[in-house]
Amino acid sequence: MSENLQVRLTDSTLRDGSHAVAHQFTEEQVRGVVHALDASNVEVIEVSHGDGLGGSSFNYGFSREEEFDLIAAAVDEATRAKIAVLLLPGVGTIDDLRHAHDVGASVARIATHCTEADVSVQHFGAARDLGMETVGFLMLAHRIGPDELARQARIMADAGAQCVYVVDSAGALILAEAQARVAALVKEIATDAQVGFHGHQNLSLGVANSVLAVQGGARQVDGALCALGAGAGNAPTEVLAATFDKLGITTGIDVPGVLAAADEVLKPTLSRLPFADRSAVIQGHAGVYGSFLLHAERAAQRYGVPAHEILQKVGEAGYVGGQEDMIIDIAIGLAEAAAS
Amino acid sequence: MATVTAAIVGSGNIGTDLMAKLQRHGEIVDLRYMIGVDPDSDGLARARRNGLSASHEGVDWLLRQDDVPDIVFEATSAKAHAANAPRYAEAGIRAIDLTPAAVGPYVCPPVNLDLNLDAPNLNLITCGGQATVPIVAAVSSAVPVAYAEIVASIASRSAGPGTRANIDEFTATTATALAEVGGAGRGKAIILLNPVEPPMIMRNTVFCAIPAEAAESGPLQDKVTASIHAMIDTVRGYVPGYSLRADPQYDPPDPRWRGMARVGVFLEVRGRGDYLPEYAGNLDIITAAAARVGELLGAHLAAGSSS
Repeated sequence: MSENLQVRLTDSTLRDGSHAVAHQFTEEQVRGVVHALDASNVEVIEVSHGDGLGGSSFNYGFSREEEFDLIAAAVDEATRAKIAVLLLPGVGTIDDLRHAHDVGASVARIATHCTEADVSVQHFGAARDLGMETVGFLMLAHRIGPDELARQARIMADAGAQCVYVVDSAGALILAEAQARVAALVKEIATDAQVGFHGHQNLSLGVANSVLAVQGGARQVDGALCALGAGAGNAPTEVLAATFDKLGITTGIDVPGVLAAADEVLKPTLSRLPFADRSAVIQGHAGVYGSFLLHAERAAQRYGVPAHEILQKVGEAGYVGGQEDMIIDIAIGLAEAAAS
Repeated sequence: MATVTAAIVGSGNIGTDLMAKLQRHGEIVDLRYMIGVDPDSDGLARARRNGLSASHEGVDWLLRQDDVPDIVFEATSAKAHAANAPRYAEAGIRAIDLTPAAVGPYVCPPVNLDLNLDAPNLNLITCGGQATVPIVAAVSSAVPVAYAEIVASIASRSAGPGTRANIDEFTATTATALAEVGGAGRGKAIILLNPVEPPMIMRNTVFCAIPAEAAESGPLQDKVTASIHAMIDTVRGYVPGYSLRADPQYDPPDPRWRGMARVGVFLEVRGRGDYLPEYAGNLDIITAAAARVGELLGAHLAAGSSS
């Protein structure tokens, strides 16, 4: 059933992976990873602060190096691959997008919470005016059903998105749930835009969900080398490439090349690999935005309360991507409750 | 007591909520008119029931009246206010602008209103700005603040089409005001919409970079804390639902924060429920600020005309 399918892999090691390294990427790391991915025929490489352009902040953590310098380095290093950037309206601005375009980024990925697509309309318009390829990101896609998600995808497609992703930011979607969302988007927007899938590993289903997504009509899929990403990490680019290859799904990627990129280029530079530990599984189970993990660990240390309890409360409160400040609020509340 | 007359232009959520607030404290500002463009507007119907002269024929109608108001509260859009502002000025009407048009100086009542009472046009920044600029000003009055950052979270249901279509303007305007009015060296603003049900009450978090010494217990930190608490009390004077969720949180310099120390202030703004329910603190804080500016400006104008 998978033969003759084609999918474009976008590698997000240098964007989603930014969460896993607390936004401490160096230009040397960026150049090394881009060089290896580009040489392995990965078509699109995303480079940004984990929370997108303008994410460098107290709330999300400051980038060690200026993100526009890192984007420019990636553009300089790539010979064939397009360099993509992420933008969350409300965090980054059109000025940031223009700046990224000026230094050579050519794909604009605009992300909103899955129910709030209409805040991205001005940004898609600006991206198209700049001549950038456009991708929409509907984050925490487990929070609403397939039909409602498809209506939000329609808003992005009408605003100028050339592809809209089902983004499983919490790694909370389980198999058929992922496929049903992709199918609903395909039905709604296929005549106007492609559909993509972005999977996380909190319940260890990132790769399986991605396969089902492609078999359900997704034409773009995200991965990250060594799974480097928020929470328990992303669907690993090298595992996706090998799995798709074995299924006869064409990606154009040189599988030995990306295996080497993960093992020999990225991995030696990392001090910690994402893993489905207690806190990360709680995120998948309770539906908590992946990037909250390291922030919850820090708040746990600062306030002397368990990280997994903080994350459980975040899930109960229904906080969305970007509300990292609420982790501190919850940790203070838990610490007060423990003291009383 | 001497009074000034006023009109609200814009009969949507903000204008209608503002009407309730102005009519509650009617001693100084005598609200006479409510102007819209939609004959079926709920706000205009409410205005008529409340005894105001209401029209759906826009600013043209207002300026045709024999007795034009002393003050106009603009609750339309930035584009509409940019067109209306010169006409108000020509008619000698003071404008209090609740849109992001920024025709006049940014004002935040407890911080810099007294410096701007003679300006023909006053701009109220944004809802997030009214909630957070006072705190940045409180911290920067105690210690130097090289950088201030705010995160405003609002219920999806309280974000109207104007906010949604202009989210970049919100972040840019708020960030500018954190520096220009709040006194920070540089500002950054983040806004997030959350669709959770029941709707979340507006939350604002303020992070200010502070000198390392102020992040340690001691007199300098006590001075910052006291300044924050005093400002909370001041704002509560006109926004009763404005409160601290926790004591200010101090953290020492951190390499992940480019070596900066910080104070974090966690705020909640519970609305009064005048028009939208209490979760819409974002609506409440800007209309409460507008009402406060109206009262102070009205008193200033009345004092000027009687002297």
